[in-house]
Amino acid sequence: MTGEHIIFLIVGAVTLLSALMVVTMRNLVHAALWLVATLFGVAIIYTLLNAGFLAVVQVVVYIGAIAILFIFAVMLTRRQAADTGVSVNKNWWAGALMAVLTFAGLAYLLQSWRGFSKTAAAIPSGFDAVNQLGEALTSPAGYVLPFEVASVLLLAALVGAVYLAFNKK
Amino acid sequence: MNFWNDPLKVAADWLMGIFTSWGMNDVAAHVLVAFLGVLLLITILMVIDIFLVWIERKVVSRFQDRIGPNRVGPFGLIQPFADIIKLMIKEDTTPDGADKVVYNIAPILSMMSVLILWAVVPLAPVMLGVDLNIGVLFIIAAGSIGTLSIIMAGWSSNNKFSVIGAFRCVAVMVSFEIPMLATLLIPTIFTGSMGMNAIIQGQNIWYVFLSPLAALIFLIAAIAELGRAPFDLAEGESELVSGYNIEYSGMKFGMFYAGELLHAFTFGGFWAIMFFGGYRFFGLEQISPFLAIAIILFKALVGYWIIMWVKYTVMRIRIDQMLAFNWKFLTPVAFVLVMVTALMNALLRDAGNWLYITGMILSNIIVAWASLEIVRLVSKKERERVEGLKQVVEAHH
Repeated sequence: MTGEHIIFLIVGAVTLLSALMVVTMRNLVHAALWLVATLFGVAIIYTLLNAGFLAVVQVVVYIGAIAILFIFAVMLTRRQAADTGVSVNKNWWAGALMAVLTFAGLAYLLQSWRGFSKTAAAIPSGFDAVNQLGEALTSPAGYVLPFEVASVLLLAALVGAVYLAFNKK
Repeated sequence: MNFWNDPLKVAADWLMGIFTSWGMNDVAAHVLVAFLGVLLLITILMVIDIFLVWIERKVVSRFQDRIGPNRVGPFGLIQPFADIIKLMIKEDTTPDGADKVVYNIAPILSMMSVLILWAVVPLAPVMLGVDLNIGVLFIIAAGSIGTLSIIMAGWSSNNKFSVIGAFRCVAVMVSFEIPMLATLLIPTIFTGSMGMNAIIQGQNIWYVFLSPLAALIFLIAAIAELGRAPFDLAEGESELVSGYNIEYSGMKFGMFYAGELLHAFTFGGFWAIMFFGGYRFFGLEQISPFLAIAIILFKALVGYWIIMWVKYTVMRIRIDQMLAFNWKFLTPVAFVLVMVTALMNALLRDAGNWLYITGMILSNIIVAWASLEIVRLVSKKERERVEGLKQVVEAHH
């Protein structure tokens, strides 16, 4: 067991625990804060996978924008900022079942993948992951089409949001 | 490789030697040495932070035509220590109905979001925490943790004024993150890398001469991100008191306050790194890493002084003016500037140095002129509309 294993196990346990807290917390703001902890754990796992760019983007987008938006929405839409209702409805078992089935499906898929039990090859020194990612996203031979389609989708969402919020005088 | 050329490596090797001779294994010794390095950096930063209180008070007093602290020690130098002792022995209060855990974590997160910024600051060519190849994005990510700490502080205090203060502060920080990120992309375009050290190494000519508009927008966005005047909307002496931190007392308040000062100093440093050559100054940085540290600290202090200059000169603006200024002016200008810079970079990359510099400066001037002209036309129309309304009202009477 190397240091990396130990860190991964600790981070994974903390991430899972905080994910559990997100769905069981009665106070919505607390749930949002535990969600931040979960997202942070995922960012650390990205770092362990040598995906520094994804880790930082995870923090910027999910913690800096989406979690803050959640907290804002909870504070602005609930009558009391400290809302303590029941955290589950009567369909909770269906949600849990779906989660278990998804996990089982993913585990099965990964089990049948050849690289599942192999150790990853060491990354050569001077390997620039950010450069590679940028080139893959913008070169015609890479993923430029999905990238552009996603951009257009986001733009459409942006225009739609502005249209809905626009105050016609 | 002696101590004066690469002090950090020599010190680290020496410590490694000691630890391994004690029978510690290699990995543990590495972790311990890295931990000691972090501890040293944070200690130095906190000591600098203490003197920043003194600098801030001295400078503001000069701007306001008074002398400032001058009783405790020479030039009042011991004043901040007296302040710290006062903060520490103050009663540590927690408001009724506060969310205790969140309330206590918030000041720590606030200070942490500033301190982790220094992980990517290159102090000298050989002295830096980590040379992340995504250093530029790291600044924004640390900023989002700061935003989170403010909303936590405001909400957990169980006080409507601190929540309103936090909302206003977060609104400013979330909005100004966007022009800041856009202007940070401009040194990235010039260098072809997001790493701080690469950006400094690439500045054979300071980027402020290539893109003065980007430097200006970055400064404005940094001041807003710091929540300093004219963007200190979280404060409102008559209606909100001091914003998100009103319920904090003693050293917990001190953490927010010290964090704010160190943040201002840090952004002075980032301004220097991005646009003023960081530790570089006519080759002086090659002589000794200590000289390089002196240069970057000096440049950071100059940036800090400019931020203070703005703070004590300009008045606070209203929140709607601030949001309109950001979303209708600063963000579009920053994005247009990024696009123009990227285009000019692609066109002029192989055209020779002087043509490149002239092209960049000209495109900056044109973008600045065009945006000011558009603003002038819009405001002229708005003025005419308001004038017209006034005449209608007067005719009515």
